[in-house]
Amino acid sequence: MAPNGPDQRPMDDEATDELRSGRRKAARYIVPVAVASVAAATIGLVPALASSGDPDLPKITAQELIEKIAASDTEQLSGSVKISTDLGIPGLGGAASSLLGDAARGDGEGTASSAAPEDKLMELTSGTHTLRVAADGPDKQKLSILDDAAEYSVIRNGDEVWAYDSASNEAYHATADDAKQGKGRDKGADHVVPDSAPATPKEFAEQALKAVDDTTSVSVDGTAKVAGRDAYQLLIKPKTTNGVTSTVGSIRIAVDAENGVPLKFTLTPRSGGKAAIDAGFTKVDFSAPKASTFDFKPGKGTKVTEAEDLEGDAPKDEEFEGLEDLGGLNVIGEGWSSIATFEMPGGQGLTIPKDSDVPPEAEKFLDALGDKATGKFGSGRVFSTRLVNALVTDDGKVYVGAVDKSSLVNAANAAK
Amino acid sequence: MSQAEQTPTTDPTPTHPTPTHPTTATHRRLWTLGLFRSELRVTLRRWRTLALLGVLAVLPVLIGIAVKIETSDGGSAGPGEGGGSGEGPAFFGQITNNGLFLVFAALAATLPFFLPMAVGVIAGDGIAGEASAGTLRYLLVAPAGRTRLLLAKYASTLVFCVIATVTVAASALATGALLFPLGDLTTISGTQISFSEALLRALLIALAVAASLVGLAALGVFVSTLTNSGIAAMATTVGLLITVQIIGSIPQLDAVHPYLFSQHWLSFADLLRDPVHYDDLIANLRLQGLYAAVFGAAAWARFTTKDISA
Repeated sequence: MAPNGPDQRPMDDEATDELRSGRRKAARYIVPVAVASVAAATIGLVPALASSGDPDLPKITAQELIEKIAASDTEQLSGSVKISTDLGIPGLGGAASSLLGDAARGDGEGTASSAAPEDKLMELTSGTHTLRVAADGPDKQKLSILDDAAEYSVIRNGDEVWAYDSASNEAYHATADDAKQGKGRDKGADHVVPDSAPATPKEFAEQALKAVDDTTSVSVDGTAKVAGRDAYQLLIKPKTTNGVTSTVGSIRIAVDAENGVPLKFTLTPRSGGKAAIDAGFTKVDFSAPKASTFDFKPGKGTKVTEAEDLEGDAPKDEEFEGLEDLGGLNVIGEGWSSIATFEMPGGQGLTIPKDSDVPPEAEKFLDALGDKATGKFGSGRVFSTRLVNALVTDDGKVYVGAVDKSSLVNAANAAK
Repeated sequence: MSQAEQTPTTDPTPTHPTPTHPTTATHRRLWTLGLFRSELRVTLRRWRTLALLGVLAVLPVLIGIAVKIETSDGGSAGPGEGGGSGEGPAFFGQITNNGLFLVFAALAATLPFFLPMAVGVIAGDGIAGEASAGTLRYLLVAPAGRTRLLLAKYASTLVFCVIATVTVAASALATGALLFPLGDLTTISGTQISFSEALLRALLIALAVAASLVGLAALGVFVSTLTNSGIAAMATTVGLLITVQIIGSIPQLDAVHPYLFSQHWLSFADLLRDPVHYDDLIANLRLQGLYAAVFGAAAWARFTTKDISA
C-alpha cells in the first residue's frame, strides 16, 4: 500500500494506472468547478427567475381596475414589504434625520426618545428596508422596520399607540386622545398611526391615484406575479402640460387580481435608471393575524416616553419657528406640474456677500451642491435630486417641484 | 489510530466486501465513525483547541462583568444613553433587564471575529497540520481512503463549530444568570415570550450561529489541503476571513456581497422576532450549504489527487 498513491487501488498495471490517474485527476477538478458555477448561478439568478412568469388573467380596463382598488374591503392582512428608495439624495437618512430629528426633539437631550417615530420614518427615505405589516380591522395595525439584529415597531391597538425600538430598548406611548387634542407636536402622533405613513403599497397607490386627472394617462399594462399572487399592473404616466415636464416618468402599481389590494408600487423617474421608490409585498397573507401581534407591554427596564411628556418638554415655539418663517407659501400649477414657491427665511438667497470674510471653500461647497441658473428672474442655484428639483434665487425665493429644471426657471420667469 | 490498525487490510474497496469477511460491512461502518471519533478526540484534546474554547468561554464573562460594572450606579447600559440610538453592539441595552440577552449579545459580539477565527484555526490545521507534523502519511497507510479521512476531518471541524458556539452560549447563560435577573423575554418585535420559549430560541440561535460557520469551515479545510504547513493554512483561512469581513463592510462593493459567506451572519437575530422572520435564516443556510459544496468538492478534488510526501 503506497502512501502516495492517488487512491487506494490495486497497483497491478502501473502504466494504464498512471494514465487513468492523470485523467481522473483532471476530471475531479471538474466537480468543484461545476458546483461553483451552479452555485454562482443560483445566487445570481434566483431573484430574476422568481419574478418571471406573468400570469394569464382576463382583460380589464383601467377604470375597472381602479374601481377594484376602491371597492377593496380587505382589512385583514399580514406580510412583509420590501421598500427601496433611491431619491438621489446622498445620505438623506443620516443627515435629514439628524437635522429634522434634532429640530423635532428640541434640544436633543434628556427628553429625546429614540423611539419617537419621526426619525425612523425618515430612515425609510433612503436605501432598502424590509418592513412587516399586519392589520386587523381599522383600529389594529402594526408596522415594523426590520434592521440588522434590531427592529422598530409601531403598534396601534384601539386607542393605544406604541412605538418600540429594540436597539435602544425604548418605547414611545401615545393614546388616540393625545393625537386629537394636541397641536403642532402631535403631527408626530399622527405619523404613529401606520395608515398615515405611506409605507404600504396601498397608501402609495391612493396618493398616486389622487393625482389622476387630465394631466395623466392611466392604463392597464399587463399582469405580474407579486408575492405569489396574480396581479394586474396599473400604469400611470404624467403628461407634459403647459410646457411643464414632470420628473416622474411612470408609476406602476400591481393590484391583486382577486381582492384589489395594491401589492407593489414602483415609481420610475423620467431620467430613467433604477426606480426611485419601489415598495412591494414579498409575502402576503389575507387571513387575520394573531391577536397577540398587536399586544404590547413594555418589558422590565424599557424606557417609556409618553407623548405628553415629550410635548411638555419640547420647546414648541422654537421648534417650528423655522417653518413659520417660510413666508408666502404658494403653489403654481396643479397635478404633476405643481410648483411650490416660498421665500427663504430672512429673505436672502444662498449667496455669500462679496465683502464678507467667508472662506472661499464655502462658496465652492455651495457650487458643488447646486448648479447656477440664470434667467429673466435674475440668477440662482438649482438643487436637483432624482425626483425633486429646487431653484433658490439670489433674492431668496424658492421654487420646488417634481418638475425638471427648465420648468422651474420658466416658473420663476413668469413670476417676475 | 488504534482502530485503524485492527482493520483487515486485504480489502481496500468498501463497496465489495469479500466473502471471506462476512462482517466487513458492519465493521466498516463502525470503523468510519471510529475514524471520525478518533479525529474528534485528537482535535479536542489539543491544548490549542482547549485554549481557544477557554478564550471563547471567558469573553461572555468579561462582557457580563463590564455591563454590570457600568450599570452598577443604576444607569442603563448600552447605546440608550447620550441620545445615540442603536449605535452600540446588538442587544447590549437589554442585558441588565434580562440575563438571557447576554447569550445573544455574546454571540453577536463573537460571531464577526472570535468564533470564525477559532474555526479557521481548527479547519486550517486539519490536513495541513497532519502534513507538517509528518503524520498524514501514516493516517493514509490505513486503508481508510482519502475521501473518508477528509470527511472525518470536516465532520470534526463542524462538531467544533457547535462546541465553540455552545461554549459561548453556555458561559453567557451562566454569567447572565449570576449577574442579572432572568425572566420573560421581550422579543425585538416588542412582544413577550415565556422564559422556557426564550431558552428554546436561545438554543436555536446557538445552532444558527454554528451553522453560519459551516461555509468557513469548508473553506478552511480546502485551504488546508493546499499546503503542507499548518501555520500557513491557519493564517490563510483567518486572513480570508478578515478580507471577507472588510469587503463586506464596504458599501461600494455591494455587488459581491451576496457571495460572501458572512453576508447573512446576523440573521440569527431574526429568531428573536415575533413571528420569526425566516427569509434571511434560510438564505444563510443555503449560502453556507453552497460554500460547503463548492469548497468541499474542491478540497476533495485536491486531496484525492495530491502527492502526499509528508
